[in-house]
Amino acid sequence: MTSAQLLEAKNICAYYGATQVLHGLDLSVAEGGITTLLGANGAGKTTMLRSVCGMVRTSGEIRFRGEEIAGQATEDIVRRGIAHVPEGRGTFVRLTVEENLQLGAITRGNKAEIAADIERVFGYFPRLRERYRQQAGTLSGGEQQMLAIGRAMMLRPKLMLLDEPSFGLAPLIVQEVFSILKQMNEREKVSLFLVEQNAALALDLADHAYLLETGRVVMAGPAREIREDENVRRAYLGY
Amino acid sequence: MELFLHQVLAGIATGGIYACMALAIVMIYQAIDHLNFAQGEMAMFSTFIAWQLIQWEVPYWAAFFITLAISFAGGYLIERIVLKPIHSAPILSHVAMFIALFAIINSLAGFIWEYQIKAFPSPFGAHSFFGNGLLSAHDAGMIGVTIMMLVLLYLFFRYTRIGLAMRAAAANPESARLVGIRVGWMLALGWGMAASIGAVAGMLIAPVVFLEPNMMASILLYGFAGAVVGGLTSPGGAVIGGVLVGVIENLAGTFIPVVGRELKLTIALALIVLVLTVKPSGLFGRSVVHRV
Amino acid sequence: MTTRSHLNAFFSFLRTVAPYRRGLAFLLVILIALPLPFLVKNFLLFQLTLATVYAIAILGLNLLIGFNGQFSLGHSAFYALGAYTAAILMDQYNVAYYWTLPIAGIVCFVAGFLFGLPALRLEGIYLALATFALAVAMPQILKLSPLEPWTGGVQGIVILKPSAPFHLPLNPDQWLYYFTLAVALVLFLCAYNLVNSRTGRAMMAIRDNSTAATAMGVNLSLYKSLTFGVSALYTGIAGALGGIVVQFVAPDSFTFALSIALFVGLVVGGVGSIAGALFGAWFVLFVPNIAEHVSKGLAGAVYGIMLVLLIYLMPSGLAGLVRLILMRFAQAARR
Repeated sequence: MTSAQLLEAKNICAYYGATQVLHGLDLSVAEGGITTLLGANGAGKTTMLRSVCGMVRTSGEIRFRGEEIAGQATEDIVRRGIAHVPEGRGTFVRLTVEENLQLGAITRGNKAEIAADIERVFGYFPRLRERYRQQAGTLSGGEQQMLAIGRAMMLRPKLMLLDEPSFGLAPLIVQEVFSILKQMNEREKVSLFLVEQNAALALDLADHAYLLETGRVVMAGPAREIREDENVRRAYLGY
Repeated sequence: MELFLHQVLAGIATGGIYACMALAIVMIYQAIDHLNFAQGEMAMFSTFIAWQLIQWEVPYWAAFFITLAISFAGGYLIERIVLKPIHSAPILSHVAMFIALFAIINSLAGFIWEYQIKAFPSPFGAHSFFGNGLLSAHDAGMIGVTIMMLVLLYLFFRYTRIGLAMRAAAANPESARLVGIRVGWMLALGWGMAASIGAVAGMLIAPVVFLEPNMMASILLYGFAGAVVGGLTSPGGAVIGGVLVGVIENLAGTFIPVVGRELKLTIALALIVLVLTVKPSGLFGRSVVHRV
Repeated sequence: MTTRSHLNAFFSFLRTVAPYRRGLAFLLVILIALPLPFLVKNFLLFQLTLATVYAIAILGLNLLIGFNGQFSLGHSAFYALGAYTAAILMDQYNVAYYWTLPIAGIVCFVAGFLFGLPALRLEGIYLALATFALAVAMPQILKLSPLEPWTGGVQGIVILKPSAPFHLPLNPDQWLYYFTLAVALVLFLCAYNLVNSRTGRAMMAIRDNSTAATAMGVNLSLYKSLTFGVSALYTGIAGALGGIVVQFVAPDSFTFALSIALFVGLVVGGVGSIAGALFGAWFVLFVPNIAEHVSKGLAGAVYGIMLVLLIYLMPSGLAGLVRLILMRFAQAARR
């Protein structure tokens, strides 16, 4: 898979203040693929996503579509076509659902396209249409997650980063969300880089996986292989 | 009854001043999620600039708009140069910074233009508009301009993309960056706009209270009162709140025996506390619902 | 021995001493403070005494803002309340000056607690404004004509300076300095103990995450109002002391500007730092004077610029800077 790795990260070290959290990670996401980053709490998964978006002090190389993005400002990285659905969803709670979606497209100009995109988001998440003019903070956890993903879609990204999309959601809702993510990947050709604690779900969805332990990659390969691995099964899949 | 109406009208007249200031305060609160204590001083400084231009024979309206432009630039620069370095500092440091700005601007104004009061012209004239001298043309003009600014701001924030981007940047800067908004620029823009509105407020207020470096101190207070009573998230509420404060202050001064006059300001402020206790987000503010 | 081994010896000394650093710093401050009255002139002594008074007031504010996460721009009102309580007691009821302190403390505690109750419903900006209202109202209330028989109206009340007891060989200024120092030491120690107690932890839990604190059984209303009360108590005692030191109380000495000064002192010293209160007090007392020396006409601007520079260099106050330095030291020592 040498051609067009959409995202390539080499030797990433990340720091919170004086504490080093990531120790020389090498990761990549293929064009059109779904890659997942697994690991226990505190392994550094969220930090990795934040490094891609320039939200954390990082050293190393990060290339998106062949261009170096490490060290740039978050808003510039995002404008290149990376959408980040952060930990905690990052919804604008005081604004309405409508405004949240519009904000996703704030850097784009074409009104007709934006309107069409909003319709498309409703297609995936009909519940958001019902809540269109409600304050986003009054939505349930699942709905806020859908809103967060919908907002990310409005950027028409080539790559979507998702930080624990299953967090705090009921199992049925999680299944719904994940099936929509799969549809999105197939129909809209959006590559996904997914951080998840729920290893079983993530390995089902992804085609490529990395396992992170205390800031280091300890395993990498096709999701199928990782899923079959003895140690992974015992430690993360529970059987 | 006649006395009552008189005082109400007079209260509306002074309330117009407070409303104008309250609008500027809410404006900056919407843009930067902070209350800026230096707001009044910035407005005062802008008014002095306008005064100076007029002294140099620049016609009133030209001076007015030039001052708006200079104020906008000034607010923008203050944000980019003075405040940018402490973006990540705790909120309390920001408040201390505003206090520092207050001191600097106040002192500079006194140094450059001295402390004798100066007259400032009104574009509306001083003749009576209503109520046999209680509401002058200037008072009415002031309320009119304030309402016009209000409408423009409402339209700006509700219906333009930049307005939405600014609101987002103020509410949640990190998420705003994640949708590509240049948060730094938005903040600076907010400051520029607030500075301009403050300048308008100053230029409207000066003809009534006369121009001197300490003119804004008590007005700022009343402006805060009005903004809080109306609700910090509601520009319209701020205007109504400002007028309300003016009216109540006047009525209290006239009708509460003995202490009424001496406690005018206190009563206005007691009002704030009362409103806040009963309706914490103000009369017209949107209460924020937090799901735990 | 090489420089490296000298350094190692030094660092291992620091390591042994580190757990006691607070106590040592405290001791150092006392050692420096004790001989001062015999080394400096009366006016400077007066200023140092007043700085200590402000430090107590700032400490009170710190308990509320730094440790409990509430906010107040109204502490000048409690300072005034304490000052007037002391003045009225001494002037009209001939109470000895040292009794006025605990009485002022109790009065302010009750006032603070009562104010804290409705304030429970207010957050952040709204609390700021409510306390702001309190601060602005106080001078006006003090000037009210019906209250003049007690408060002395606009002219205020003059207080006689107490002289040293037991015929100690100290002039009144020196005695007052030691008295204030002693009160300050006691109050600082109490604050330190409070912060490190269960109550203190509850206070800080409320600051950091009030929802979680409630879920863990902390009685929010009680603790928040109590903290307000204690905070007011400290500032009230400071006010009483301040009135005695200045020998004079008048409404216009206790305006909103005082609240601002206390707040600035808090930020400069370091929010959440007990020791920082002293540094903040010095800043607030001495820097305006320095500013005036630099430029009479632009004193305010110079003060503002110095404040700006301080915030740039020490965004978390002096305490934050000291913490940073100590951290660097610890890192160096580890290597």
